[in-house]
Formats: sequence, C-alpha cells, structure tokens
Amino acid sequence: MKLIYEKSQAGRRASALPRYENLPSPPELPEELRRSEPPRLAEVPEFELVRHFTELSTRNFGVDTGFYPLGSCTMKYNPRINERLAALPGFARLHPLQDEDGAQGALELMWRLQEILAEVTGLHAVSLQPAAGSQGELTGLLLVRAYFAARGEAEQRRTVVIPDTAHGTNPASVTMAGYELTPVRTDARGNIDVDDLRGKVDEHTAALMLTNPSTVGLFDENIEEIERIFHGVGALMYYDGANLNAVCGISRPGDMGFDIVHINLHKTFSQPHGGGGPGGGPVAVRESLEPFLPVPAVVQQDEGRFGLEYDRPQTIGKVRGFTGPFGVFVRSYAFLRMWGPRLREMSEVAVLNANYVLARLKEAYDLPFDRLCMHEFVLSARTLKREHGCTALDVAKRLMDYGFHPPTIYFPLIVPEALMIEPTETEAKETLDAFCDAMLAIVREAGEEPELLKEAPHHRPVKRLDEVRAAKRPVVKYGFEEHPDAKGEPKVAAAEAPKGV
Amino acid sequence: MTQQHPFLALTDSDREEMLGAIGVGTVDELFRDLPEAVRLGRELRLEPPLSEQEVYAHVAALAERNADASRELSFLGAGIYDHYVPAVVDTILQRGELLTAYTPYQPEMSQGVLQAIFEYQTAICELTGMDVSNASGYDGTSVAADACYVAKHATGRSKVVVTEATNPQVRQVVRTYAAGFGLEIVEVPYRNGTTDPDELERAAVDAAAVIFQQPNFFGCLEPAPDLVARATEAGALPVAHVDLLSLGVLEAPGRYGAALALGEGQAAGNFPSFGGPHYGFLAAREEFIRRMPGRIVGETVDTARERGYVLTLQTREQHIRREKATSNITTNQTLLALGGLVYLTWLGPQGLRELGETCLSLAAYAKQRLAEQAGLECVFAGQTTFKEFAVRVGRNAREVVAAARERGVHPGYALGRDYEGMDDVLLVAITERRTPDEIDRLADVLAEVAG
Repeated sequence: MKLIYEKSQAGRRASALPRYENLPSPPELPEELRRSEPPRLAEVPEFELVRHFTELSTRNFGVDTGFYPLGSCTMKYNPRINERLAALPGFARLHPLQDEDGAQGALELMWRLQEILAEVTGLHAVSLQPAAGSQGELTGLLLVRAYFAARGEAEQRRTVVIPDTAHGTNPASVTMAGYELTPVRTDARGNIDVDDLRGKVDEHTAALMLTNPSTVGLFDENIEEIERIFHGVGALMYYDGANLNAVCGISRPGDMGFDIVHINLHKTFSQPHGGGGPGGGPVAVRESLEPFLPVPAVVQQDEGRFGLEYDRPQTIGKVRGFTGPFGVFVRSYAFLRMWGPRLREMSEVAVLNANYVLARLKEAYDLPFDRLCMHEFVLSARTLKREHGCTALDVAKRLMDYGFHPPTIYFPLIVPEALMIEPTETEAKETLDAFCDAMLAIVREAGEEPELLKEAPHHRPVKRLDEVRAAKRPVVKYGFEEHPDAKGEPKVAAAEAPKGV
Repeated sequence: MTQQHPFLALTDSDREEMLGAIGVGTVDELFRDLPEAVRLGRELRLEPPLSEQEVYAHVAALAERNADASRELSFLGAGIYDHYVPAVVDTILQRGELLTAYTPYQPEMSQGVLQAIFEYQTAICELTGMDVSNASGYDGTSVAADACYVAKHATGRSKVVVTEATNPQVRQVVRTYAAGFGLEIVEVPYRNGTTDPDELERAAVDAAAVIFQQPNFFGCLEPAPDLVARATEAGALPVAHVDLLSLGVLEAPGRYGAALALGEGQAAGNFPSFGGPHYGFLAAREEFIRRMPGRIVGETVDTARERGYVLTLQTREQHIRREKATSNITTNQTLLALGGLVYLTWLGPQGLRELGETCLSLAAYAKQRLAEQAGLECVFAGQTTFKEFAVRVGRNAREVVAAARERGVHPGYALGRDYEGMDDVLLVAITERRTPDEIDRLADVLAEVAG
C-alpha cells in the first residue's frame, strides 16, 4: 500500500481555513527565524485522506475485530459510551487552566474516580497524574525516594528488589529513579523464592516492586511472609497494577500489605489502547506517603465543591502537565460506574476464562507451573521446538491465519518459548473454544506440516516481516525522491524478543 | 437473580461446563491460592451499577457544569490551545481497528497502525527538520525530561540548563525527573521577554543540554539560532521546545542546529480535554537514533519482498534492555499522534503556512485593539510574538479574569502564579478560531474590567 506522501500532488489540499478581511498585515519575521523551506506534508483532498486512513484501518486488528489474548495487556472490550462521553464539549473543549469554579464537573469526576480507586486498591490517597503504567512506576519510586529522604534515610536506602519475572518497565524505572536493582529468583511453584529473598533484603533496601498475580499469572502464596520481610526492615512495598484485573473486589493490594500501587486505566478499566496509547497510570498510596504525591491534588473543599491544591511542601513535584490525561478518566469513570460492586464478577470471569483455556491447552503444550492460574497463564512451545522445529513465534504467526491476535510471546524471560495468554472477562465460551481448537490444530500441524507454521501468516496483508533488516538498516521516515527501494535482498530471521506486555 | 452484565457473555450452563473442564466445583475454588488474610471478605463499597442511559445522564450532567470554550469565549493558552479540530480526525480515531488495538508487537496484524506511525514520524521530521522521530511521548513535559536522559548519557554531564521563559510546567516536570536522573537543573532568566545569549552561554558550561522554547512561554520569538550556537559552543546539546503549528512560518529547529526538537502536540489535532490525553513529540538528529526513548517504526520487507513496517531498534527499549533501557516508556500516545498526523495532512503545507499567518495577523489585531480600546500595552515592548502575548492589566490579573468571566469572556492566563512581579500580567492566546469580532469583544470587556 502506498504511503500518504506517495499519493500527494502539489496544489491539492483537504483544508479550507477562515479568511478574515481587513486585518493588519502580520509582523515581519526576522529572516533567520523565518521558515526557509516548506515541510513536505502530503497534499491530498479530504476524501483521499479519509480513504487512506480507512484502508490503513482495514490492515489493523483490534478488540473490535476479534479475540486479542495478548498476555499482560488486558485487551478487554472498550464500551462505546466511553467515547461519546469523553467527546462531550464540556470535557473535550475544557481548558486545563480554566478557573476552578469553571471546571467543577471535571474536578468532581476526578475526585469521584480517586475515591473509587482508593476503595478498589484498599489504600488511602490517589493521584491521577501519571500518564501510563511506567510513569506510575517512576512516580511511585520517586515517592519512595521522598519518603526516605524525609526520614533521613536517603543515603542508606539504595536498592529496589524485583523478581526475575517482572515487566521490563520495572528495572528501567528503578534506574531512572536512581536506585540499584536487586533481582530475586522465582521458585518451582512460580512464587518469589523466599530463601533467596531473605538474603537480599536488609536496611539498604528501599522497596520491593511486585506484580501480584505475577507475570506468570500466579498469585504469590507467600505474600504475607514477603510483607513481613520488607516491612520488617522498614522498606516499602510497591504494587505494579498490570494484573489488577484478576483481583478486583477479591483481594486488594492494600490488604496484601502494599504501600504504593499504580493502576493501568487502559488495562483494567477499559480505556482503549489506541494502537499503543493513551493510557493512565494513577498512583494510590498509604496515608504516610500522601504528603509526597504530585501536585496539584484534586480535593473536595466543602461538600459538593472541588478544587486543586498546590500547597504540598513535601511533594515530589509534577510528573506530567496539569492533572493528568483527563479524557482517560472520563472513560474509566463511566466503566467503573457501570460495574460498581460487580467488579468482583468481572475479575471472577476473567479468572474463569483463563483457567478454562488453560485446562483445554495444558496437555498439548508445556506448562511450566502446574497450578490453577489467575487471569492469565504462561505455556511453553519448548516441545514443539525440540520435536518439530516450530517456535513460539511460529505458533503466534499461525494463529493469525485462524483469525486470532497472538498471545504475548517470549515473555516472561524465565520461560523458554513462552506463550502468555490472557482472555480477559470479555469473550463468549464459543470464542474461547474456537481459540483452543486453533491452538490444538496448530500442534497437530506442527507434527504433520511444520512449514505451515514456519511460513505463516498466509492470509494477512503482508507475509512475515524481516525485523532484523529493519534494525540493521534503519529507515524511519519517508525519504521522498531519495527513498530507498524496499526490495533489496531480504534476510528473514526470527527475533526472539518479547512481543507483548 | 442478578441480571447478566452487558459486558459479559457466559451463561450459567457455560459456567458449569467450564468449571467441570477445569475440575473445580465453584468459582471460589479458583482463588484457593489467596491466603485468607489478604482477601477482602466483603463487597466493594461502591455505588450500584448504572445502565448506559443512567451513566450518560450522570456524566453528561458533570460535563454541563464546566465552562468550556463552547460556552465561554476563551483566550486561554499557555501551552494548550483551542485550535479547530476537523471532523476527519474524529472519524479516523473512532475506527475500532485502530482505537482498540494495542502496541503493534505483531506487525502482520498491525500494518495500519505501523504505517500510520511511520507517516507520523515523517511529518514530525519534516516539520522540525530532524532525522528521526519516535512514535510519541506522554506530553510536552515528559518529552523534555526524556531529552535530559538522552543528553545525560550522550555527554556524560550532569547539569541541564532550562530557560526561565520555558513553560513552567515543563520546568517542573524536568525538575521532578531530575531527582531520579541525578541531574542538576539551572535556569537562565529572561530579559524583556527573551533569553540573553551571553547569559545562556555562561550557564551552558559543563551542561549536558540547554532547553529553550520557541516561541517561548510569553509568546515571544527567541533568538533561537544564536541560543543554539552558544549551547553548541559550550558542548551542550541544544534542545528546542517548539509549537508544531508555528513551523509553517518559523524556521525548523534542525535548520539552525538543534540536536533535539520536541514539544506538546495538542495544538495539532487534539482537543484541550482539560489537559489530556495529548501527545508529546520528540525528534532528533541521526546521531541520537540509538539513544531515543520510546517506540520507533521502521520500514522493511516481508518474505515476498513486499514493503512493510515493524517496530524497530528495540534493543533500546525496556522489554529487552531492562535496567539499561533508554527509557521506561511502554504505553505511549499513539492514537493522539495519529490524530496529529490526520490533522497535519488535512492542513497540508499551504494550510500550515496560512494557519501561522492567520495567527500572526489576528494576534497583531488583538494587540492593536487592546491598546486602542482598553489602553493595555504589551509587557515586552518591541518583541515579535507568534500567537500569544503578555499584557499588563493594571490590577491583579486573577481579579481581571474573574470579572471578565462574569461577562462571558475568559481573557487569558494570569502569569502571577508562575512569575514574580507579574501579578498584573495576562497571557492572551489567539488562535485561528478567534474571529475579529470576538477579539473586539475581548477588548470591550477588558476596557471595562482592567485597572
């Protein structure tokens, strides 16, 4: 398919702007500041613009297209009412610097969302400011820094403990927050190895970062012991909310002993993922950490009157402009109000769906941890690779031919040939069965006709793409007249990198 | 019996069959790994579920209580602007295949988003004069913090200079991140609305980066080429924080030597939306390509030698490099950046230039009207401005805002919150959406309420 720039013809345009008469001529711009050459934006009429992006959309797959069991990403249905509400002019055209008395509806919505998230996490105070999960992580770790600085322990507390199953964002956030990483092993049941942990936690430990249930989809059975170990040395516990969809209304991070939690509004609470974003990463904390939260805080001043509070002398500052991605809050708030206390049922069905798919697939694939799972589980294609030379990547590509988005693959890193499957609460049993049938058929195909897998996908707009070549000779923008011919010598290689999370 | 929730599908018999296949009797048994002490053991204390009709009524009533730009004539800017967003943006962003997809980890399922990001990267590089753009950052503040991280590692230095005429929110976020990065932040004051190149050069000694904004927070045009030259002279990376919609009339930062160009993309294709979600754009010269934070899309071929697009240079990123990654960013702002691409394509190069010229003309008209009608003078005499300018209103600007709002006009942002000695200064933003009649009304109202 052509790029929009390849459809461009000089002189065409999609926009007509208002022309105001009798205005003063614009000020003369100093020559060194004046644009010397126009940017080569595409020149197309409006209908070509619409057709171009409509065609692009047909070459894409979303939850609206079909089943999308991308583990750890919680690809659930995104209700359409969310979109209608976020687009209301009272929200969409509201300026973030509007005076508080002109933004009471927006402030009330944020305050109410904070209250709901505090109840769901079992914690005391919420800041909606962080723009995504990883920004929530960084915010949380900066809160840890500020907390220990206020106690005079800034120099002493140097390390953050992370299990080897963690999302890559966790260690990356640790470095960005200026801490040292202490990895801890996973035991044979998929829990944190408590013996390994004991030797690594001491008065130099600032915090634990943990996803629970973990990225292998298992609830850590030793969570109480872990809590004692960390709080016993005065360290804090940080909960990565990536997997909160498993436990809403069942077990709350605050009840598990966590002090700081980030919530992924785009996972658990239905903000559409948008092809990569936007997201929302609110942070909830215990009372002792509230003074350090980002400013401004959204507060209820008197009954029914809401405002922004800037005067928080111990705040870490701001991590994002204004009060956060407000349109995301509208969507998640609407979603939460449509569930109310039935959130528990949402999580129960997410867990039931995952266990059902696991039960149907565990004989056909390798199962690294043979336990009931939570909202997701990890299989391995190790045997398929050994016996037939078919990898997790091949399974993923073949699934596309059956009309399913593949699961997350090659993650977590501790499981070779990992396939991480998260059905979410969305999906009828018929869909789950069709997916399981496809996964089982693929195992048979691997034995009978492995090329079907290795050459997959067969029915997508493109065949398997050469990711190695893209990285070796990066072409990251259109080059117009000098654009390289794509059809050089291809060199296909399977990249064993995590795809998902 | 409880009614089936509209976002669920399982019937009672489905549940029975599924539990049977799993080999448990009840859903509760699925949670047997959870220790009793960490279970909630009660219902969540939330209000009962609402139907779609009820949630619409409730949330729409909240929206009604906001004085948005459709209800109040607004001259607020200060980083977020009321430019027109054409219908085609809504149309494309509501395509479910794009709206409800995630990061294109599986390129064969995601050519639509991948090609769109590649086209977006091209548009950003064209506007800024840079070689490489990422797929977006969170907003115009976080991308500035990202740039500090790039500069720290590229130069091995641990100080960053930011001009005081840079958006205060950007400066605040940079300071917050700097605590984790181990960076010292130094600010260079403004003189009559712009930055003095000599002062900037002195501050830039031993700095990893120098961040300035063009047009700056007061709307004034900085001597950007000179600032860039001085920063470069000191061995610091010059970082230009720019307004995409100014780049039809203002020079591309790549042309005058900036190492990185970044900013808030909201003005180009996103609604103000009380602060987000929007997209931050981040572009750089080629030499920084392997230090860039975030997703980057590259062109490649498939096994049939047909052209296609993939996420590339992923060895920079957290899911592979973990603690050595160039950033922790994962979820970004792709959908909003796509809105930016659709908008910029809708404008085209002619439209972009006309838009810039219209903003310049309307702002000149506004300055003239405020001077003639209300006797208000610009704070920074003799400075060239783009679409925003600062005026003294003769009394506390917050009181002027309150009085003007009673007359249905929000006259601008009171600068006293961020700058000392500016309690009587308003920052007035003029987009192409403000008609000459509306500007006349602003002048009338300010004539009444200014001191």
